[in-house]
Amino acid sequence: MDKAKLLDLYYQMVLIRRLEESGAELYQAGKIGGFMHLYIGQEAVSTGLIAARQPQDRVITAYRDHGVAINCGIPANQVMAELMGKVTGISKGRGGSMHMADVTRNFWGGHAIVGAHLPLASGLALGDKYAGRDGVTICMFGEGATNIGYFHEALNLSKVWTLPVLWVCENNMYGMGTAVARASAVSEIQQKAEGYGMAHARVDGMDVMAVYTAAKKAIETVRNGSGPCMLEIMTYRFRGHSMGDPERYRQQAEVKRWEEHDPIGVFHAYLTGNKKATAKVLEEIEGRARLDVQKAVEFAEASPEPGEETLFDNVYVEEV
Amino acid sequence: MARITMREAISQAMWEEMERDPNVFILGEEVGVWGGSYAVTKGFYDHFGAERVRDTPIAEAAIIGAAIGSAMTGLRPIAELMTINFAFSAMDHIVNEAAKLHYMFGGQFVLPLVIRAVGGGGRQLGATHSQTPDAVFAHFPGLKVISPGTPADAKGLLKAAIRSNDPVLFIEHATLYQVRGEVPEGDYVIPIGKSTVQRPGKDVTIVTYSKGLEISMKAAEELAKDGIEVEIVDLRSLRPLDMNPVIESFKKTNRAVIVEEGWKSFGVGAEVSSRIYEQAFDYVDAPVVRVAQKEVPLPYNRALEQSALPQPADVVAAVREVL
Repeated sequence: MDKAKLLDLYYQMVLIRRLEESGAELYQAGKIGGFMHLYIGQEAVSTGLIAARQPQDRVITAYRDHGVAINCGIPANQVMAELMGKVTGISKGRGGSMHMADVTRNFWGGHAIVGAHLPLASGLALGDKYAGRDGVTICMFGEGATNIGYFHEALNLSKVWTLPVLWVCENNMYGMGTAVARASAVSEIQQKAEGYGMAHARVDGMDVMAVYTAAKKAIETVRNGSGPCMLEIMTYRFRGHSMGDPERYRQQAEVKRWEEHDPIGVFHAYLTGNKKATAKVLEEIEGRARLDVQKAVEFAEASPEPGEETLFDNVYVEEV
Repeated sequence: MARITMREAISQAMWEEMERDPNVFILGEEVGVWGGSYAVTKGFYDHFGAERVRDTPIAEAAIIGAAIGSAMTGLRPIAELMTINFAFSAMDHIVNEAAKLHYMFGGQFVLPLVIRAVGGGGRQLGATHSQTPDAVFAHFPGLKVISPGTPADAKGLLKAAIRSNDPVLFIEHATLYQVRGEVPEGDYVIPIGKSTVQRPGKDVTIVTYSKGLEISMKAAEELAKDGIEVEIVDLRSLRPLDMNPVIESFKKTNRAVIVEEGWKSFGVGAEVSSRIYEQAFDYVDAPVVRVAQKEVPLPYNRALEQSALPQPADVVAAVREVL
C-alpha cells in the first residue's frame, strides 16, 4: 500500500473516532435521538476491509454503521446530518443512526434487524452474478447475528448458488451484554463456515493492516468464482452496546486491557515504527479530522429539518 | 379472447413478462424442475433455464431476502411462496425490509419485487395451511397487496405488478386456479389500485375480492331470483385501496355487505365499513354487515371447515338483513 493510502486510512480511523465522540456528546445533549451504536474500538475492521475492495464491490452491514459509512466515502457532513435527522443527511433524515446508505458509493445500508441483511447480501450478490458482473458483496455482521436463523439461510443459499459474497463476522465478544460463549454453541465463529463448506480465516481486528491483507486475499478469492467465504475478525468495542448500556456484563479491567490495543494506537505505532509517517504528520491528520468533525457538526446544526410536506415522500416509487 | 383458467392466466402473465424483459426471473421452492407445487410454472424451467427459474432451499427468509437484494440491484424477481402461510417465516423481510427500504433510505433503494403467494381455506389442509391473512400484509405502508378474483384480472394485475417499481404481494386463492374466464391475449395490463364493479345492481352494494367474489356472485344469482339486484364491487387491490367505486355504489344503494374469507376481527371488512361511514355517513340506511370467516383456526374436518368459511348462503342472509 502506498504512503498516501496508508495516511488516508489513518485519517479515516481518526475521523470515525472523533465523529462518534462528538456524536456521543450530541446524543447526551439531546440533539441525536433514537438508538445509537458506537463503533469506537472497532475502526480497524471496516477501515481495513473497505480499503481492500474495488469500486464494483458492494458493502452491506448492520446497525453499527457510522464507521462503514465513512469508510465507504460518505462525507462526515452527511453522516452527522443524518444523526441529527436533517434533510441533508445521507438518508434525508428518514433513517437515523442505524440506516445509512449510499448507492452511489456501493454502500447498501445500515440494517437494524439483527441478521436480516444477510439474505439481502445473497440477493445483492445474485444480482451481480445474474448480470455477469464481477463485483463481490461484502457482508458485515456481529457474532451475535450468527445465532439467528437468517445466518444459516443466507450462508447456505450463497454456497448452493455459488454467490460472490464475502461474509465478515465482526466478533466483538458480546451480543449486547451476552458473552459469545453464553449465546453461541461454538465461540470460534469461523467454525460455523465449515458447515457450509466455506473457506474461512480468523483475523486480528485491532490491526488495520492485518484486516486489509486478509480482506484483499479473501475478496479476490471470491471474485475468482470459487464461491463465498468467511472472515472472523476479532475486535472489541470500547463503549457500550448502545448509548443506554449500564455495562454490568463486563469488568472495566477487561475494557482497559483491550484499550491497550486501541486500533488507532496500533496503527500509529506501525506507521511511525516503519517510517511511513512521523508523529508530527499523524498529529496533523488528527487535527484535520477534528476540524472536519467540527465542520460536520456546524453543517448538521445549520441544516434544515425535513419539511412536514415531505412526510409521504418515498413511501412508494409510483403514485398511489 | 381465449377462455382460460386463472392458473393459465397467471402463468401466461409471467411467461410474457419473462420473454419481454430478461431481468425478470423466478425463484422459490419447487418452481423449476418440479414445475411449481400448483403447476403455475410448468414448462418454465425447460424454456427459460435454471438461471431464470431458480429452485431454492426450503428457506423463506432466504427466498424473500435474496429477492429483495437482487431487486435492489435492478433485477425484477418474482418470488413464489409455496403458500402464504409460509410468509410468516419471511415476515421480517416482507414488512421490515421490503416495505421500508425505499422510504427509510430517502428513496435510494428501489425494489421492483413481486411476491406471489397462494392462500385460502377449503382444502382440508388444517389450520396452518389454510389461512387468508391478506389484511395482515395490507396493514403495512410501503407494500402493495393485490388479490384477483377473475382470470383476466389475474393476468392484467400480475403483469402490472411485475412492471411496478414497488414491492407487490400478489395473493392467489388456491380454489380459484381452475376458474375459467375470458382473458385478453398479449399485452394486457391493469393499473394497480383500481376497484371495479363486477356485477351492476341497485339494491345493495357487496364489497369483496378474491374468493369472496365467487361466493358473492353465487349469492347474487340466488337473490336475483327474488328480484334483489346487488351491485358487486371487487377491490382487487387491498393496498392501495380504491374506495371510489365503493362509495359511488353505496350512494346509490345506501346499503352494504362486505364479504371476505379472512377473519372478521381487524379485517378488510372492518377497514372498508369504517371508510364507508367516514366518507358516506349521510347515505347510510342500514348498518353495514360483514361476512367473514368464523374466529377459529380452520379445522381439518370437511364439514367443520366449510361451516367456518363464508358461504353464499351467509351472503344471501346478510343482504336480506340490510334490506
